[in-house]
Amino acid sequence: MTAPELTEVPAEPRRPRTGPPLGRSVAIVIAALLLAVLASMLVGGNMVPPAGIFDTDHGDHGIFVKRWDRTLFGLAVGAAFAVAGACMQGLTRNPLADPGLLGVNAGAAFAMVTAISFLGIHSLGQYLWFGFLGAALATLLVHFVAGFGRDGATPAKLTIAGAALGAGLSSWTTGLLLVDREAVEQIRRWQVGTVAGRDSDLLLTALPALVVGIVLALAMTGALNSLALGDDLARGLGRRTGLDRIAIGTAIVLLAGTATAVAGPIAFIGLVVPHVVRRFVGADYRRIVPFSAAYGAVLVILADTVGRVILPPSEVQVGVTATVVGVVALIWMVTRGRVAAL
Amino acid sequence: MTARLEEYAADTGLVRRARRGPRRRLTVVLAGLGVALVTCFAINVLLGDYTYTIPDFFRIVFGADIPAATYLLMESKLPRAILAILVGLCFGAGGAIFQVTLRNPLASPDIVGVTWGASAAGVFSVLILGFTGPSLSAAAVVGAVAVALLVRAVGGRAGGQRIVLVGVAITAALTSGIHYLLSRASIWDVQVALQWLAGSLHAADWPRVRIVALCLVVLVPCLIALTRGMQATELGDDLAAGLGVSRRTPDLLLLVAVLLVAVAVAASGPIAFLAFMAGPTAMALNAGRPTIVGAALTGAVFTLAADFVGRYLIGDINVPVGVMTGACGAPFLLWLLARGATGKRAS
Repeated sequence: MTAPELTEVPAEPRRPRTGPPLGRSVAIVIAALLLAVLASMLVGGNMVPPAGIFDTDHGDHGIFVKRWDRTLFGLAVGAAFAVAGACMQGLTRNPLADPGLLGVNAGAAFAMVTAISFLGIHSLGQYLWFGFLGAALATLLVHFVAGFGRDGATPAKLTIAGAALGAGLSSWTTGLLLVDREAVEQIRRWQVGTVAGRDSDLLLTALPALVVGIVLALAMTGALNSLALGDDLARGLGRRTGLDRIAIGTAIVLLAGTATAVAGPIAFIGLVVPHVVRRFVGADYRRIVPFSAAYGAVLVILADTVGRVILPPSEVQVGVTATVVGVVALIWMVTRGRVAAL
Repeated sequence: MTARLEEYAADTGLVRRARRGPRRRLTVVLAGLGVALVTCFAINVLLGDYTYTIPDFFRIVFGADIPAATYLLMESKLPRAILAILVGLCFGAGGAIFQVTLRNPLASPDIVGVTWGASAAGVFSVLILGFTGPSLSAAAVVGAVAVALLVRAVGGRAGGQRIVLVGVAITAALTSGIHYLLSRASIWDVQVALQWLAGSLHAADWPRVRIVALCLVVLVPCLIALTRGMQATELGDDLAAGLGVSRRTPDLLLLVAVLLVAVAVAASGPIAFLAFMAGPTAMALNAGRPTIVGAALTGAVFTLAADFVGRYLIGDINVPVGVMTGACGAPFLLWLLARGATGKRAS
């Protein structure tokens, strides 16, 4: 027994008074995940019996394989968007922060359209990287610009900068699309936001970035908690706020950039999920981040499942259904005054 | 006694002097914007792919018939420039009213969702209902008003943050709705819709100018009547009520702003950023004080300038005005933001 072990015994964190006990929350989220995955496997244009899931000889097994890919993809993308949103809200102390609002989606879309129409790149695996690059540059630019001036990156300035950059980039994108008809054909299917029709190779390409992003976000939850108190207090608590911001920003870029690049701009997950989760588990980011990941995944695959059956015989993309769910949830929260100030 | 009176006299002098400074500044700003507007209008009409001299311009306007030149001026350049001015005025004034009444520079019609309501209704009516012309305009107005009512009903007016939150939510919903419609439509319709969505003046003609002008003739007197209480509403609801301004005034002002923006969107499509940009720019020119007339003039100047640059100065393609305003407006606003010019009231 060496001395360090003694000091490593963690002090049991006092449970915040809001929200149900942690055990129950965990049980609920696991149940929700299982139910959502099951629904996503079984429900669709062809309703299939559960018997075919593990039976490779069953006639419907092929459908399950396709749906399994799609479900995995939805889980990854949903978790990424929600965690990115939670990190952004913590980093900017801004309840409005969302990859869509801070210009990340617009940056990704612009970079992809540029790649398609100027560099002649046509496969999704290739222009994914441009989407990622665009998202990263947009995030950096927004924070850089908002950081100018007397009082640094205040929430209001960040949001204005993000909205400004987003609007500007969308105009450029539209301008390019007006000139290049082929790019319209490719980009309009991406722009609506979907998890369908992506093969597992794409997920494997994106997975390392997503995993690194999520791990980084989970590692920085303590920093998010300190930053929530304000920069000065965080510094007083011994945090190096500059480094913390860089690490959290990296996580946001990895998650939002990759997810936007592979699935298109699914705008609402990052805004709504952390708000709802905050209501369930309190304001502690050590809980908000993992729970956001889980509920983001649930929301995306449920929205995808609903989209398959709501307007038969065609499918409504997850970008649309998630948005509808998100708007209803958000309006409900706002009318009840649940949008807590951070 | 006399000493006290002198003190009072000195005080009023001080107040008067303090008031005179901003007023003089406003006059200078408005005059400057007016000159800029006339200059931009002249450049738009006289220069370009076909150059007119000023005497020729007046001769043609007063009825002289010069082959080709008359047609080009009267049927293309003049209506386009006038429509640019009208639309710019609408966007500028509408945006500034939103920002001042909601006391939030973020709460411009483009971000609160009003512009997008008009756009979504327009795209829906082009792609699904096959509307063109006046019915398209009517659909856009209906969409804008509906979204404005929804945002107002859900978001309330007190506390700028909440209404922006709701507006952003609804904007995101409308955007994804638009993308969904675009992803399903035939590629030809998509081109038409995109052209309109980008915000462009290429379809300007006299009937359209007449509709916008008529709407302005109705809306501007309402606006003037309502703006009397505007400085008081800026202080917040309670103080405004205390100063004798009806609580309904801000709502009516917002309604006028919604109509202004909707009319403009119907005529030219949602010109990106104009409503968002004009207010803060005019405010920065006016030493941090909001001015609706200034914002309207700024909007008109921006539209004219952007239209001219997009039409003639960029290669041989016709860049829609909305793409120009968005592309130039974003860096400009980012610069304003970085300089802290808008930070003064950004709370």
